[in-house]
Amino acid sequence: MNENKTKLTEEEKKLFGDLMPEELDEIISSGLNRRHFMKLMGLASAGLLASHLIGAEQLFARSAEIGDIADLAPAAIENGINVSFKVNNTAKKVLIDSRATLLDTLRERLDLTGSKKGCDHGQCGACTVIVDGKRVLSCLTLAATCEGKSVITIEGLAKDNELNPMQAAFLKHDGFQCGFCTPGQICSAVALMKEAKEGQASFVTADVRQNQQSVILSDEEIAERMSGNICRCGAYPNIVAAIKEAQTGKNVEQTWLFAG
Amino acid sequence: MRPFKFTNTSNASSAINLLIKNPNAKFLAGGTNLLDLMKEDVERPDELIDLGRLDLTAVRPLVTGNNVVGISIGGLGKNTDAANHPLIRKDYPLLTKAILAGASAQIRNMATNGGNLLQRTRCSYFYDIAMPCNKRLPGTGCSAMQGINRMHAIFGWSDSCIAVYPSDMAVALSALNASVKVMQPSGTARIIAIHDFHRLPGNHPEKDNNLDHGELITAIEIPKNKFAANSAYIKVRDRNSYAFALVSVAAGLELAGGKIISASIAMGGVAHKPWRATHAENILRGKMATVENFQMAADAEMEDARPLAHNKFKIGMGKKTIVYALEQAFKGTGYKA
Amino acid sequence: MSTMEKNYKPEQPAVGQSISRLEGYEKVTGAARYAGEFNVSDLLYGYVINSTITKGKIISINTEKAEAIPGVVKVFHHKNRPSLAWFSMQYADMDAPPGSPFQPLADHKIKYNGQPIALLVAESFELARYAATLVEITYEQEDFKTDLIANITEARAPKGGLATFLKPPPPKPVGNFEKAYENSPFQASGKFVHGTEHHNPIELFTTTTVYKGKGKVTIYDKTQGTVNCQLYVANVFGLHFKDVRVISPYVGGAFGSGLRPQYQLFFSVLAALELKRNVRVTLDRHQMFTFGHRPPTVQFTRFGASADGKVNALNHEAIAETSRFEDYTEVVVNWSHMLYPAKNTLFKYNLVPLDVFSPLDMRAPGGSTGLHAIESTMDDLAYQMKIDPLEFRLINYAEQDESVGRPYSSKELRQCYLQGAEQFGWNKRNPEPRSMRRGNKLVGYGMATGIWEAMQLPARASATITTEGKLHVNSAVTDIGTGTLTVMSQIAADEMGLHMDDVTFTYGDSKMAFAPIQGGSFTVSSVGSAIKAACNALKKKILKKAKSIGNSPFKRVKIDEVIFADRKMISIDNPAVFISYSDIIAANGHKVIKSVNFAMPKVFKLKKYSRAAHSAAFVEVEVDEELGIINVTRAVTAVAAGKIINPKTARSQILGGMIWSISKALREESITDHRFGKYMNMNIAEYHIPVHADIHDLQVIFVEEKDDIVNELGTKGVGEIGLAAMPPAIANAIFHATGKRVNQFPIHFDTLM
Repeated sequence: MNENKTKLTEEEKKLFGDLMPEELDEIISSGLNRRHFMKLMGLASAGLLASHLIGAEQLFARSAEIGDIADLAPAAIENGINVSFKVNNTAKKVLIDSRATLLDTLRERLDLTGSKKGCDHGQCGACTVIVDGKRVLSCLTLAATCEGKSVITIEGLAKDNELNPMQAAFLKHDGFQCGFCTPGQICSAVALMKEAKEGQASFVTADVRQNQQSVILSDEEIAERMSGNICRCGAYPNIVAAIKEAQTGKNVEQTWLFAG
Repeated sequence: MRPFKFTNTSNASSAINLLIKNPNAKFLAGGTNLLDLMKEDVERPDELIDLGRLDLTAVRPLVTGNNVVGISIGGLGKNTDAANHPLIRKDYPLLTKAILAGASAQIRNMATNGGNLLQRTRCSYFYDIAMPCNKRLPGTGCSAMQGINRMHAIFGWSDSCIAVYPSDMAVALSALNASVKVMQPSGTARIIAIHDFHRLPGNHPEKDNNLDHGELITAIEIPKNKFAANSAYIKVRDRNSYAFALVSVAAGLELAGGKIISASIAMGGVAHKPWRATHAENILRGKMATVENFQMAADAEMEDARPLAHNKFKIGMGKKTIVYALEQAFKGTGYKA
Repeated sequence: MSTMEKNYKPEQPAVGQSISRLEGYEKVTGAARYAGEFNVSDLLYGYVINSTITKGKIISINTEKAEAIPGVVKVFHHKNRPSLAWFSMQYADMDAPPGSPFQPLADHKIKYNGQPIALLVAESFELARYAATLVEITYEQEDFKTDLIANITEARAPKGGLATFLKPPPPKPVGNFEKAYENSPFQASGKFVHGTEHHNPIELFTTTTVYKGKGKVTIYDKTQGTVNCQLYVANVFGLHFKDVRVISPYVGGAFGSGLRPQYQLFFSVLAALELKRNVRVTLDRHQMFTFGHRPPTVQFTRFGASADGKVNALNHEAIAETSRFEDYTEVVVNWSHMLYPAKNTLFKYNLVPLDVFSPLDMRAPGGSTGLHAIESTMDDLAYQMKIDPLEFRLINYAEQDESVGRPYSSKELRQCYLQGAEQFGWNKRNPEPRSMRRGNKLVGYGMATGIWEAMQLPARASATITTEGKLHVNSAVTDIGTGTLTVMSQIAADEMGLHMDDVTFTYGDSKMAFAPIQGGSFTVSSVGSAIKAACNALKKKILKKAKSIGNSPFKRVKIDEVIFADRKMISIDNPAVFISYSDIIAANGHKVIKSVNFAMPKVFKLKKYSRAAHSAAFVEVEVDEELGIINVTRAVTAVAAGKIINPKTARSQILGGMIWSISKALREESITDHRFGKYMNMNIAEYHIPVHADIHDLQVIFVEEKDDIVNELGTKGVGEIGLAAMPPAIANAIFHATGKRVNQFPIHFDTLM
């Protein structure tokens, strides 16, 4: 990944100069993670991101510090296993320690840090990813068991810079605050849409003996089925509203008043 | 996690052969409990034999001659698939409800039916390797006995262990008179009734169940029942979802009009194994399905309870949950309060 | 699509508009990088080893087995650590209570269970966690005390210190409480017991330290104060301030836990400096229970009322846990007299030092504790007097703050009561307990009052007109999920007459303009005011520059004779006279124009007023008496918090507070086994945070409240007020449903059965 070290173009310099004039020198001297940068620029030029949205501090942070991720394979791998699998529809082959979880492999080895580690013990849902179409916890999945499987993470949901309708609905309904549980919530919600289509039941389903297809989920059903994803900030009502809107495609108005 | 060798295999007998070769090896199925415990340094296998490729996932009717006598659920099938299988939803809705009461959608997508039976206790002293615990390290003592024991057993505990078994699924399997089908190292099958599968702690709390090293759960077999339309799984817990049971009750009523032909009742969260409420069942047999009779049965069942310092509430809660589950079962599976 | 709200109208002021979070795109696509996600090359991983005893000494640490494992780099402990700052003062951060801050690896002494005593550094996280299990430690144990209730007689007054500036001690007694109470025809009293709570943000505390050579470090840290951590690291490790840079681009929740530097920061920097490598240290979920927490408390109330329904005697006493090394305090007992104008009062606040880590501010510290006791006692009085609890509050409505004899800078609490009650349908309440049912469930209505002080701290901000004629604002402040980025951008856009698209706000970096720690609901008031000040200074520079242009029409124009709108500076007298920001920049030789300024609370003016946000909460609970299951089925919180900059993000703050209320009243508690001095549910499977299924219909009302005094923006903050009123409203609703008053939080339903 030598492209990381590619010098900034004049245009890029200008952008940084605008966003953070006082940091420009440092960015130039430390090199830039061009991949991230180009991605964000692409979004900006496509009108997906207003220029002010590019958190300059974060662009800076990425560009100045990120080195060659490909070199991250740790020096000490015990019981090494070669795993080939698809991540976000791209084939990956990694040599891993047998102990490596899918979550750590995504985050530390493939630099896909969107999947979060909130507990590492299957208690929070922040690490939820979609494996072969089903939502699972990547913290309790050994990467070694993923041979030949297809993993979709939060980074793989938007297609050609177009947000997945679930992502867009989360944005619209303020379905997050700190954003840390968000990738897990969204992956979980995306998989939930499929489960509902298949007519899967939940603990609050009125009569599980009745098999149904394409269930339109009530608030209660959404809440029960999303209960494996904990949000400490308390964005639950907004998340439920977002999922409802994504499922029905209809505008969901939230009941609230503003007298000020 | 301690280092371990990761071994793949695609058939049951080779998996078993690999396991017997190494007394410190373990099978890896869904991993939702095992990996958790390995990260806690409670479980320390030096080899994991991945069962992910074994073809033991099917749900199919159990047939004797030309008769369907029950259903067989693959030991390595996922909990979600078992809960949602059309045959199970229709004829064994109690199992569907119990599975869906457990954990979260993500975990049910990972966890296997056989693995569910092998869940270890959530006792916090068992989980904390700095604490004495007879289950984890035999002979060190039971920290929970005089400790925080709100979640612990009221039935069948011993001086060496008061832990409870956390599965919801197994509680329904108990009420459904299921059997566990295992493959032995010799290749022959062994059928273990669910009531004989899990153990009470006695002097050997380190053994959760009667499965031997080298035995693999290939299927769970459930005989036909006559209470599909009159069954209920009620779970009382500290939050509305994604929490372990304080008390749970699986109940099925075989009815003739308002009269109970037979009742099947099992409790979770109260003992080291699914607790079959035989006292209550005996009382209800042949009686009318009335709240008074439900209460009488529940009172009788809880008479033998031996609560600990922090879980006396489980007696009252247990009674009420039994009554509530029986009421719900009587009203019918489709009934919603 | 644009992340900008569709209904954002650039021609209107941005302040007051519902605008989606500007960082939302990054958060929903997984692009947002948190402190533990900067995958720098050549990275080492540290795993902290914690004490398994509660008090005593380390006799030996044997690291041989661990260090023999390939890939293990080093184990740091008290015997081999480098020399560190000696004076305890150097470990004091901006939020340190009076006492001696905990110094990791200081010596062999163990002061609490879970104390970090060593760091194992290895080439991978999994390896570090494993090898840490091979480090053998022997201890000599000593007797300890961790039980507040058992040691309650050891309560003593807290030590004074700087912390009392933001946390004043209880007000002095007024009148003669004992006599007035004795003579009150109506009396209510209660003992309220609250358990320990841990913040448990979903992001684990983590630090990635990038070693830059020669005593220089760049640190990605999970914190609520970049400058606070910079100060701490520089002091402890004897580094130059300019060589320590702390960056927190995204913070995955904090709720107070990041107000003080946590120990992973110390260990990460220590290892990076010693090994001259990049080091990441991430705590695990158990370790998230080994530092600050909301302290357990015991409170006693005795309120007396006269026959006309007036409260005339207020007594509120609280006893809280603290550590042996610091006197952490909260404002628990000061609130009742701010709300109810009684003539006789008696307040006490004492501490019991125990062998635990120092408590730490956790969302609505003190307020959420004290208001439960106050508002449940008020509820009790109302029932005794057979007055509607809402009516009772209105009878005792304080027109001014009687605890200090000053008017409020603004107070629309009455409107909160009325609008909240209307929206909720309070008039449908049958006053009799146990009188309302739905199916087989008991239904109860409860209400309560909330208050939180509106504070402002000094802060700086920098504002720059860029070469493109746009605005760039910065501050070292963090955005812990509160919406800081969005709200600050709104304030700056209006200040300079720009569209939101023309403004960038950068933050979360200690190199930027100074900001205090982010907490106490004072961020918008403090940093927002600084942005306003920086923009004002920038305006003067623009005018000055405009004057310097040849034939400038602004030659004789004063600053109050121009406005800044539509990307221009415009003469008020003659709107045809204007200059655009791009032209100004052109005139400046295409160089940026920058200004840095400072905002301070106007202390002398503010001293004449009490400043507080208020709220009223209305709650419906359903109680399944058979199973004892309690559900908050419906709740309304009406808030008067001054100017609401962004109703969308502000509403989310209040919703979050309401969910925290449900959690506080019904769910979360860290349970200690006092034989071991250890929390026994150090995980989030058994430390119960509400899940989706616990949350039902929640509604938020913002009551209009204009305040020209509190600060230039008229804001009071919305971070805590959502958690002030609702916990007691839940308790009161449970009483109404069941006729049982449970004064212990969390209310476990087994206590109801």
